[in-house]
Amino acid sequence: MWTFLVRRLLQSIIVMIGVTLISFISLQIGGDPTYLFVSENATTEEIEAARIALGFDRPLYIQYTSYIWNVFQGDFGNSLSYRQPAMEIVLDAMPATIELTAFSLVLAIGLSIPLGIYAALHRGKPVDGGIMTVAMLGQSIPNFWMGIMMFLYFGLYLGWFPISGHVPFLEPLFEGEYAEAFANLPSSLHHMVLPALAVGTYTLARNARLVRSSMLEVLQQDYVRTARSKGISERRVVMHHAMRNAWLPVVTMIGLEFGFLLGGVVVVETVFSYPGIGRLVFNAINQRDIPVVQASVILLAGIFILLNLIVDLIYARLDPRVKL
Amino acid sequence: MSEITPAPSATSTQAVGGMAVSYRRKELRRAFESMVTSRWALIGMLILLIVTFVAIFGPWLAPFDPNRQNLIMRLREPGMPAAGDLTYWLGSDQLGRDVLSRLLYGARVSLLVGVAAIAVGGTLGTIAGLVSGYFGGWVDDVIMRLGDIQLAFPFILLAIMFLVVLGPGLVNIILVLGIGQWITYARIVRAQTLSLREKEYVEAARAMGDSTFSILFRTILPNIIAPLTVIASFNVAGVILSEAALSFLGLGVPPDVPTWGSMLSESRDHLLSNKWWMAVFPGLAIVFTVLAFNIIGDWLRDFLDPRLKENG
Repeated sequence: MWTFLVRRLLQSIIVMIGVTLISFISLQIGGDPTYLFVSENATTEEIEAARIALGFDRPLYIQYTSYIWNVFQGDFGNSLSYRQPAMEIVLDAMPATIELTAFSLVLAIGLSIPLGIYAALHRGKPVDGGIMTVAMLGQSIPNFWMGIMMFLYFGLYLGWFPISGHVPFLEPLFEGEYAEAFANLPSSLHHMVLPALAVGTYTLARNARLVRSSMLEVLQQDYVRTARSKGISERRVVMHHAMRNAWLPVVTMIGLEFGFLLGGVVVVETVFSYPGIGRLVFNAINQRDIPVVQASVILLAGIFILLNLIVDLIYARLDPRVKL
Repeated sequence: MSEITPAPSATSTQAVGGMAVSYRRKELRRAFESMVTSRWALIGMLILLIVTFVAIFGPWLAPFDPNRQNLIMRLREPGMPAAGDLTYWLGSDQLGRDVLSRLLYGARVSLLVGVAAIAVGGTLGTIAGLVSGYFGGWVDDVIMRLGDIQLAFPFILLAIMFLVVLGPGLVNIILVLGIGQWITYARIVRAQTLSLREKEYVEAARAMGDSTFSILFRTILPNIIAPLTVIASFNVAGVILSEAALSFLGLGVPPDVPTWGSMLSESRDHLLSNKWWMAVFPGLAIVFTVLAFNIIGDWLRDFLDPRLKENG
């Protein structure tokens, strides 16, 4: 177990260093990066002063080592538009994004498993065809367009859900204000239903297909036939015997899906004016606030890498064939 | 040293050539029959043909210049009359530009970005995969670890990071989206190359003194085209979705080039006043195009390798 843990941890660190390298290259790729950190009206002297202050006058390898050092300390410099440390701003927006991503993952996985199993058990019937057709469509809809359509129909036209804003749940929870957090929960979820569904559509569709094909494969296995021939009820066969193995590919996908979801959240938040990292990145893009973009992207990548590590560990626990 | 293998005579070459042609014809007929029997594939192909037709002939089909502004006629609902005897069939946008005309022009950019990005990513990935699988050793290690790092990064974030610095532009977005896809191809090509390099016909090519270049590109590559086309089809769908998302964030092509993603981006400011047509039509265009590529991808996968067929 420890060897596996240490090896996986080392891999994650290498990948994280790779991420810093890519983000460093992205800064340098457009030429002198100083121009990204000064206003358009800056004089030559101001640009030169900024170049020295930011360290862009030093050789590249020194720049990179100090960049890594700063990244691991969470220091991305000051935001160009807010004039305060970029990481602070990003961390402030983080809880809202985590809430939304987690809720959309729960919705997507929670709906895709029963749908996939139902389709598999009714293979070839119209209901199977219907679910799979909708799933195929779900994989073809841009998440932000799904968001816009739900905004227009369920938000504006029917008025069932709020079309913007956010009621914090994690923030009071972290601050120890449990009563406030749980009092906020219903309203918080109500605000998140539309954006979470929009973000999760693709994952829901993809996983419904995955659960179905995984389930069909497992249902054909000998041990399932044996279980059936022993006279065990169909419900028990599906829930206890088949599900255990059908889970595996789904668990692997969940880790990967979280990355897609994070990417999706970035875009969908802007539709619902949801005050998370996505809207922050969107505003930062429009103001060319590079420190905020970099801090957000690297923080999200870090979370993604950490989650994949956790998923691998869960996978190893679920499947005894994976040696720990 | 005398020639051991007799040079093929003209007639035998013709015969072999003739067999190849008839085999290819048979395969084409099989593909056509499979497509017609699978109704979905036929629908997908039909949508794709329509989108391609529009992408090519859009400028002739469009009733208006897609960039012509008419502020008096801004935000007209679909079906409202425009200047002269023309009609805004799909409405007009916040600058009084015709939504239908912009939609028709947008097909060109969406398809171009999709196909060009796949060409860039597919070429890079195929070369990397061939080299990685054929040579193995440290070359393989370096290439595959680079890919692992890239896959550990949600792609859209990576694209945002580069495009913010590079600035929006058609070439930039094609390059970023294309480079983002290389590892998908590299992994598949590498796996196939690993098994193919031990085959007798590759060994034969080596024994005949063929250059490495010729072995990689003339002997191995033609045998791994099938899985690549399947991946490419799904990939075009993914790239079109990514382009739309990036354009929506303002990182796509410049504003004077109409794209479906940027049309959706512009619709955002008019959602509260319920100018639904600005969002509905470009979105539908994206959905149908992506759906068509996904359907064709599914069909190609089942047709080329029935073993991969999803249970169903």
